[in-house]
Amino acid sequence: MEGQELPYVLIDSIGGKHGVYEDHLEFLKKHFQLITMKEYLENKKFLSENIRAVYMWYHKPVINEGLLQSLPNLKVVASSGVGIDHLDLKLLSSYGVKVSNTPFAVSTDTADFGMALMLASSRRLVEGYQMAVSPNTEYSPADCLGAEVSGATLGIVGMGTIGYKVAERAKAFEMKILYHNRNQRNKEEESAVGAIYCKKIDDLLQQSDFVLLSVSLTPQTHKLIGKRELELMKPTATLINISRGLVVDQDALVEALQNKVIKAAALDVTHPEPLPRDHPLLNMKNVIITPHMASATKKTRRLMMENMTESIEAGLRGLPIPNEVLL
Amino acid sequence: RYAFPPGGGSEALLGGGACWRRGWGSAHCRAMFRFTQKKCGLSEFGGRFTLLFNAWRKHTQPTAAVLPSRSLIPVRKANFRGLSLPDNPSLRGLYSRTPKADVQVMAGEELPGVLILDVGGTHGVLENLVALLKKHFHVITLKEFRENKEEMRKKIQSVFVFENRPTIDRELLESLPNLKVIGNSGVGVDHLDLKMISNFGVKVTNTPHAVADSTADIGMALMLASARRLVEGCQIAVSPDTKYFAVNWLGVEVTKATLGIIGMGNIGYKVAQRAKAFDMRILYHNRNRRKEEEEAVGAHYCEKMEDLLQQSDFVMLVVNLTPETHKLIGKKELGLMKPTATLINISRGAIVDQDALVEALQNKVIRAAALDVTYPEPLPRDHPFLKLNNIIITPHIGTATVQAIRMMTEEAIANILAVLNGKPIPSEVFPK
Repeated sequence: MEGQELPYVLIDSIGGKHGVYEDHLEFLKKHFQLITMKEYLENKKFLSENIRAVYMWYHKPVINEGLLQSLPNLKVVASSGVGIDHLDLKLLSSYGVKVSNTPFAVSTDTADFGMALMLASSRRLVEGYQMAVSPNTEYSPADCLGAEVSGATLGIVGMGTIGYKVAERAKAFEMKILYHNRNQRNKEEESAVGAIYCKKIDDLLQQSDFVLLSVSLTPQTHKLIGKRELELMKPTATLINISRGLVVDQDALVEALQNKVIKAAALDVTHPEPLPRDHPLLNMKNVIITPHMASATKKTRRLMMENMTESIEAGLRGLPIPNEVLL
Repeated sequence: RYAFPPGGGSEALLGGGACWRRGWGSAHCRAMFRFTQKKCGLSEFGGRFTLLFNAWRKHTQPTAAVLPSRSLIPVRKANFRGLSLPDNPSLRGLYSRTPKADVQVMAGEELPGVLILDVGGTHGVLENLVALLKKHFHVITLKEFRENKEEMRKKIQSVFVFENRPTIDRELLESLPNLKVIGNSGVGVDHLDLKMISNFGVKVTNTPHAVADSTADIGMALMLASARRLVEGCQIAVSPDTKYFAVNWLGVEVTKATLGIIGMGNIGYKVAQRAKAFDMRILYHNRNRRKEEEEAVGAHYCEKMEDLLQQSDFVMLVVNLTPETHKLIGKKELGLMKPTATLINISRGAIVDQDALVEALQNKVIRAAALDVTYPEPLPRDHPFLKLNNIIITPHIGTATVQAIRMMTEEAIANILAVLNGKPIPSEVFPK
C-alpha cells in the first residue's frame, strides 16, 4: 500500500484545444496524480508500473495494444461522453481493463441541442442571420420563409435516454411524436410524451416532417440511413443527426439533398470530423453543420469530469463502477 | 325605408336582388320582383329569375353611380366559424383549411373591395395569399387605385395591411369614403395611428391567434441558438481555416436555467409552455397576474420587473409596443441583469434602448443578445450591432412560416368580413 499517495492517472495533455480543462484541474488533483503523455514518455520506466487508470478526454490519449502492453497495472479507462465506438472493448477486456462512459451527464444538453438544430433548420435561422448582417439589405419575407415546428411530426430513431428527452421537449411544441427503437418502451413512458411506436422504421420515415437520429453507433446502426431510407422520407422532411456521422451514408445524403429527395439536414456529427474543406455538405444552403458540440456546456463538461473521477476511484478500489460499459 | 338608388329599371333589379340577399321576407321580395318585372319587362318570377338576372348581368355594366349605397351593399354570406375564436382553445384546425365556399354570391354583385400594396414583388402580398383574398374580395392594388381613383375609391371598403404596408395616412383615409376596416396581418399595430383611424370611423383588426405558435417557436429557437452558440458553431464547421474542432469551446445550458418572460400574453404563455418541457424555472412579469396559467406552467409572478431581471439567465421580451413599453429595457435594466444572462427580443425593436444594449454587450454587462426585431428593420450596415460577436440578429422572421403566413391572411379575412357584415369582430383593436 502506498499510504496516502494518490493514484497515477494518465491523461493526454492539459489546456489548449484538446487537453483536460484547466479549471477542472483543482478537482482532479484532489483525487489523482495526473500524468500527461509527455511526462509518461519521458519517464516510462517508473511511470508504466504506476499508472492504474486512463482519463480519456475526447478520445485522447488513444489506447492501442502497445499502450496496454506497457501499462501492466492499468485497471480502468474512463471515457468522456456517451459514445464508445472509438474504443476497442474486446481488446480492453482481454487485458482485464474496465471501461466507463458518461451517458447521463450528456443527455439533457444533447436533447436540447437536437431541438436547437430542428428549430434553427426549420426556421432558417442561420440563413436569416446571414441576411440580417450582410452588406446587402434588400430582402423580403418570402426569401426566408420557413416551416412550422409546432404541430409537425417528429420521428425519433433511437429512443434511449437522449431520444426520450427530445420527445419530452417536442411534446410541448404540440408535435406528433413517432419513434423507432430496438424495443418498445412501456405504456406509461409512451403516453407521458404521446409517442407512437413504429416497429418498422419505414413507417416512421414516411410520416415524419423531422427525422432525428439518436442511436448509438454499433455494427447494426452503421449506415442505418442510406439511399433507401432517404427516399422513403417526405420531400419536405429534414434529417437531424445528433448520434454519429457513420449512422448516415454520407454520400447518399449528399445526393438526396442535391436532388431534393429531402428538404434539409442539420448535422452535429459527420464522418470525419471535421469534414474536408472541399466537402459538398459545407456548401449547401439547406444544410446546417455544427462542430460536434451537443454536450458543450460548462456545467455538463464539469459533471462529466466528476462522473469520470467517480468511476476511476470506484474501479481502483475494486468497487462496482458507476457507468461501466459492459461488452 | 328601402332606399333604392336612382334610376329604376335595372337598378331596381339590383336593389331587388339586394333585398333578397338581406333576407327580407319573401312577400316583400316578391313585390319588389314584380315591380322589377314591370320595369324591366321581364316575363317571370321565381325559377326564371336567376336566369334572367344572369342575362341582365352579362349585358349591363353597372357604373359606380348605379351601385347601391353603403347600406345596401350585397355581401357574400360566408361561413364565419371564425367568430367562435375567443372560446376556441385550439385554433390550428380552424385555419388549416381555406374557408369553405359556403358563399352565396348573387350574380352581378360585386365583391367588396380590398386595397393592398401590391401583388408579389419585394413588399407586396405573396401571390398565393392574394389568391385567398380574391375568393372574398375584389383586390385592388395601390397602383390600380391611384391610376383610377374615381372608379376605385368607393369600391374600397377594407385595406389588408401586410408587413406594415400600405402606409395608412390621413391622405389615404380621406380618399376612401367607404372604408370600414383595416385588417392587419400580424398582431402588432404600433405602425398604425389608431386614434386617427378611429376618428374616420374605421375599425382596425389584427391576427393574435395566427401568430402565437410560430412566434413562441422563434423565441425558443433564438434562446437555444444563443445559449449553445449555434451560429458561431456553424461558422466554425464550414470555415476554410478549420483543421480540427476544439473541445474547450463551450456554451451555456438551457435546461434547468431560469427564464424570465416579460409580457405573458398569448405568445408569452406559449413560450412558457415550451420552456417548461426544458425543466426551466419560469418567472414572468405582466401588467396583470395570471393565476390559473401560472399553475399550468409552474411560472412565478414577479410584480417588480427588477426581481425578474436579477434572477433570470434568459430574459425574453414578449410585450406589444406602446408608449408604456417604449425603451422598457434600458441601461438600468441591463445593469440589473446577470453578467451571464442573455436578452431575447421577439416583440418590437423600440422596446429596447439599442444604444444601451450595444454598450452592455461591448462591456460584457450581459453575456449575449438574440434579436428578431430591431429599429429600424433592417439596421444600417454600419450599426455597431453588426460588429459584435455575442449577438444573433434575425430579419423579423417570427411568423415567417408557410403555415403562419397563410393563417394570418385567413384570420385577417375573417375579421374584415365580420366588420363588413356587421357581425361580432373576433380581434378588433381599440385606441387607448
